[in-house]
Amino acid sequence: MGGSSRIVEVEGLRLAYGIKEVLHGISFAIDRNEIFAVIGPAQSGKTSLLRCLNRTTDFIPSATVSGSIRVDGDDIRRVKDVFGLRRRVGMVAPLPVGLPMSIYDNVAFAPRCSGMTAKRELDDIVERCLTQAALWDEVKDRLSSLGTALSGGQQQRLTIARALSHQPEILCLDEFSIAIDPVTTMRIEDVLKGLRREITIILVTNLVQQARRLADRTMFLWNGEIVELGPSEIVFSDHPADRRTYDYVNGIFG
Amino acid sequence: MASTGPTTQRFARTAQAARSERAQKVAKWVFGAMALAMVAPLIGIVTYLLYRAWPSLGWEFLVDLPRKGMREGGIWPAFVGTLYLVTISLAVAAPIGVLAAIYLNEYARDNWFNRLINLAVINLAGVPSIVHALFGLGAFVYAAQFGFSILSASLTLAIMTLPVIIASTREALASVPRAFREACWNVGATRWQTIRAVVLPNSISGILTGIILQVSRAAGETAPIMFTGAVFYKAVQRGDLFPYRLGDQCMALSMHLYTVSTQVPNVKESIPYATAIVLLGSVLLVNATAIAARVFMRRRKRW
Amino acid sequence: MSAVPLTPGGAAAERRPTRSTLSLLGERVIEALIKLSGVSAVIFVVAIFFFIFREAAPVLWSKDFHILEFLFSTEWYPTSVSNVRYGTLALTVGTLSVTAVAIVLAVPFGLGAAIFVSEFCSPKLKETLKIVIELLAAIPSVVWGFVGLTVMSKIIVTLTGTAVGVNLLNGGVILALMSVPIIVSIGEDALRAVPDSYREAAVALGATRWQTVYRVLLPAAKNGLLAAVLLGVGRAVGETMAVLMATGHAVHIPDGLLNSVRTLTANVAAELGEAPAGSSHYRVLFLTGVLLFWITMVVNVAADLVVRGIRRK
Repeated sequence: MGGSSRIVEVEGLRLAYGIKEVLHGISFAIDRNEIFAVIGPAQSGKTSLLRCLNRTTDFIPSATVSGSIRVDGDDIRRVKDVFGLRRRVGMVAPLPVGLPMSIYDNVAFAPRCSGMTAKRELDDIVERCLTQAALWDEVKDRLSSLGTALSGGQQQRLTIARALSHQPEILCLDEFSIAIDPVTTMRIEDVLKGLRREITIILVTNLVQQARRLADRTMFLWNGEIVELGPSEIVFSDHPADRRTYDYVNGIFG
Repeated sequence: MASTGPTTQRFARTAQAARSERAQKVAKWVFGAMALAMVAPLIGIVTYLLYRAWPSLGWEFLVDLPRKGMREGGIWPAFVGTLYLVTISLAVAAPIGVLAAIYLNEYARDNWFNRLINLAVINLAGVPSIVHALFGLGAFVYAAQFGFSILSASLTLAIMTLPVIIASTREALASVPRAFREACWNVGATRWQTIRAVVLPNSISGILTGIILQVSRAAGETAPIMFTGAVFYKAVQRGDLFPYRLGDQCMALSMHLYTVSTQVPNVKESIPYATAIVLLGSVLLVNATAIAARVFMRRRKRW
Repeated sequence: MSAVPLTPGGAAAERRPTRSTLSLLGERVIEALIKLSGVSAVIFVVAIFFFIFREAAPVLWSKDFHILEFLFSTEWYPTSVSNVRYGTLALTVGTLSVTAVAIVLAVPFGLGAAIFVSEFCSPKLKETLKIVIELLAAIPSVVWGFVGLTVMSKIIVTLTGTAVGVNLLNGGVILALMSVPIIVSIGEDALRAVPDSYREAAVALGATRWQTVYRVLLPAAKNGLLAAVLLGVGRAVGETMAVLMATGHAVHIPDGLLNSVRTLTANVAAELGEAPAGSSHYRVLFLTGVLLFWITMVVNVAADLVVRGIRRK
């Protein structure tokens, strides 16, 4: 285990909210240490896909999931410690959410939840994660001020720092640039390029250019089905395998 | 460009517009008068009661015992009795109510069983107070053999206040944005860790004000305690803060007001009024405090 | 294991701390308590019915009791030596008539005030009025009863010249004053639940405030307003102390507003103290409780269904 180059394997995944099916049996795999982009218009099931990966679908009463998802070889439907799973799969939501506690507590929250109490270790984690998220220099003097008091872009980086604090193997970002300005977006993109050496990144975005800039491979999801999955050079070229991909990427629909 | 003539004409007041504007004014005044008709009684009642109660009011009235068959003297045993009943009933109802609200708001899935619970809460809130009294008599006094006691009366009051505590706590919990919870779940926090770290700290002020508001409700209730533990008269030490034990019967302010105003002949004129003022005053004071606290908390909300 | 040394998932995963057994156990315990409390409301409702019915049941089979007489006779002579009668029709009519008077008075004022608070007044005045409503709702029923007994009865005697001030009208007015805060606050909720886009659309078409209220908001909020009225009715039916003190004590079907009446609730409160535990009289009073339990349950469930109707839309 761990030797395989595939870190996520999805087989025939279906997800329905009540009677409305939003993912119609999709299969794909993600390699270790790649940036894997998922693009597609709104309502195509991108966010739902991420919810399946860390099993936060459990918190949606009407959701039913079938098919298998393997993370590092383990079927997540059979994982006993679902909270441990969520620590392996970090998640950054579209809108930045600074929890209403201090910046320090925001980052230390996850390690504390898993039982870490030693002040020194926590200090180390807070500094490391804030540095990785390119936020340390801006907030190191006011770690005790409220996380909600930061600007939108800072909160989004705080969210990333929080997601990194439990040392995930996979980091999922769901349209992270939706609420922040282009300059901050570029800074976070640089952060992601730096992180790529260490972890696998799944990037859900509806900004086609962002996927083109960052991703090794790109998957085009539309109406709960995979239209095309391939290396970014091909997906974003003039001759992708599917005509619809070309149309979407070039703004003809979507 | 058209001349100004037609333009002014197009926007001139028509008879139609004037009519609807008049209707608007009338409506505003009528509804305003209705709102006023609601406010006026509060001020009127309080003023009148205060005026009639004046001769008896004072520190002496509060700490003195009722004398001469309750025709003179003060209300100390009733006042302390009410404190007992309110404290014990809330000590029972608040934890259960808050936990139940946490269950309904944070854990419950939308299935028939939890809809049944919701329906039960609504029903429990609607059960008449006299039916609660019958229940308290049948269940606590006789079946559980607590007898006519503070314990029976407090438990009856507790069940009565429970649904309202559940409702106000749920409202407070629901005001915490879902995004906060999702952020916690995404980093692997369990439900309870999420509740303790984020949900409770951000809703505690709302929960507490909801509970404080129940203090006044429990203090004002008469029917549920009338047949379960409150009595017309019980001798205690003047000014004694802890005169009762759990198994004792006690006096209560609300019950005392009922007694002196309907059951005892030839009571000194101002005594029932003064009793009403003490009861009403305590209730309104507690409520006003809770409301003020809520307004204050809302101002310094952190998100 | 670690193809890439920096991968935090590999070796680091094993170094990750685990929670102590104590904290895991604590969480189990508290979650069990939460679930238990969650069920408590159901337990209590069932318990209320069970214990009241248990006290009432034996009388159902006793020979001096007939269920038809209980429901449809106006003869209530529970303590008579020779001719015991347990007919509650007069009491039921008493409850209905007091409730009806209260609702006739409270509904227009309650809804009018709700409309004023929600649509016509400035935000500051709105805050103040809502606080006043909350304080009004907090006045204990025994204080309302006392007001009926003293203030209201004097007003009624002065205005109508009747001999006794505690009567149907008095109880109805007092109950109306008690129900108004509920109707206003729930009605205001219902109006606030109408999306602002409706108001903006109406105003954009040139409607005045009143036209907006009358043609757009009232139809849109009608379910919520109906629920407000129903809950007001529920409170009026179940109210005990206020009607006990304000309606007088005559057990008979009223033929005018100035008649004294007695309600189901007041009857229990007035007689339970004197009925020896275990006697037929005592059990019949509990049976009245069962009746009240079902009446208010129907009213409350109806109100809930109406409210749910809006949510589904």
